[in-house]
Amino acid sequence: MERTFLAILALTASTFSGAAEEIAPTAVVYVDGSVETSLTGTAGDPAMGREIAGNKSLGNCVACHEVTDLADVPFHGEIGPMLDGAGDRWTEAELRGIVANAKIMFEDSMMPSFYKTEGFIRPGNAYTGEAADDTFGPLLTAQQIEDVVAYLATLKE
Amino acid sequence: MKIWTGALLAGALTALPLSAEPVEDTLILNEDITLVTRTAAPDHLSDVMDEVISGWHFRGTETRAMQADDFDNPGMIFVEQAEEVWNTVDGSEGKSCASCHEGSETMAGVRPVYPKYNEAAGEVRTLEMQINDCRENRMGAEKWKYTGGDMVNMTALLASVSRGMPVNVAIDGPAQSTWEAGKELYYTRTGQLELACSNCHEDNYGNMIRADHLSQGQINGFPVYRLKNTKLNAAHARFKGCIRDTRAETYSPGSPEFIALELYVASRGNGLSVEGPSIRN
Repeated sequence: MERTFLAILALTASTFSGAAEEIAPTAVVYVDGSVETSLTGTAGDPAMGREIAGNKSLGNCVACHEVTDLADVPFHGEIGPMLDGAGDRWTEAELRGIVANAKIMFEDSMMPSFYKTEGFIRPGNAYTGEAADDTFGPLLTAQQIEDVVAYLATLKE
Repeated sequence: MKIWTGALLAGALTALPLSAEPVEDTLILNEDITLVTRTAAPDHLSDVMDEVISGWHFRGTETRAMQADDFDNPGMIFVEQAEEVWNTVDGSEGKSCASCHEGSETMAGVRPVYPKYNEAAGEVRTLEMQINDCRENRMGAEKWKYTGGDMVNMTALLASVSRGMPVNVAIDGPAQSTWEAGKELYYTRTGQLELACSNCHEDNYGNMIRADHLSQGQINGFPVYRLKNTKLNAAHARFKGCIRDTRAETYSPGSPEFIALELYVASRGNGLSVEGPSIRN
């Protein structure tokens, strides 16, 4: 509660200073699954987002989605929809909402929620099989979410 | 059709096999016994799938061939080791397995019905639990570690003598509450990735997840010789690995949760032939 309040304060301040504070995973505001406000106030870097989308230990988007633009990365999955044209089909706010927590827009989606820290069943400490400890954080950082969103926005048919 | 087109695109992009469908093939063991690797889904699955398919159909040509011949199947080396143990006296009672059961071939028909409710104990027991019960209470021997080498080898021997017989675990009567608990777990989305068994093995079998071809996650072929770690792997060890990969705190092999899950997952393969020790990636 206090954190939300601080985040709002920070956002308000940012409109004057231009230097926003990061929105915590628990403070993200979803409207019909979309997230209007940048999580960091810093524009996403599509080149960085491309790296995150293809990297196995980061976003690993290609584990489930095919992306023609990432043809240099071997082995694309076919679990989720192809991402070609994602930038035509979705607005930036929708993309941000889907990457941060797709289950708000699509209730039964298999897609992991990349910017969420609460509400898990038996959360673990990464891939160790041990219980989560106080280092537990979201799968991607706020800026990494922004980078991926910026990259997806470039995927036009 | 959609999957086929998708696979074509993936193939063009990444040199994947052209189709991600389970392979059409017949598993004939030692040019003798034809195993049932695809069959009508058991009644309790009729609302989610029509057919149950062994993981054998989701593996490559060489892997499938390796399992068809006992001389090529590395899992059979461990079966031979267990055969020796079967006939070796251990413990304070001066008994081997053979002292009571005679030849290991007399155990044909046991693997297909486990996990099974044990009336005297008042609980559902896995084959591992029953083996350890024999060791402790009949032989006066030390219990084996649940997924240790001795144990997994012995389960491979017991599976091997039942190859070709259909999996047929009971899910009603006194086993029902355990089965329900296993079903609950099967559909529970665990860990930071919030993945249930069903997300991959019911909703997406046949699809590629990165370089892996998702199967139905059937356990009729356990224990499994995995090319990845070149040893026999117990079903509970595989369950643990899967749940770990959802970024979750896992359950332990031999835990009530995994006993229940094993009964439920085994029941999804009722009708498929016992294949263990099978070969998988």
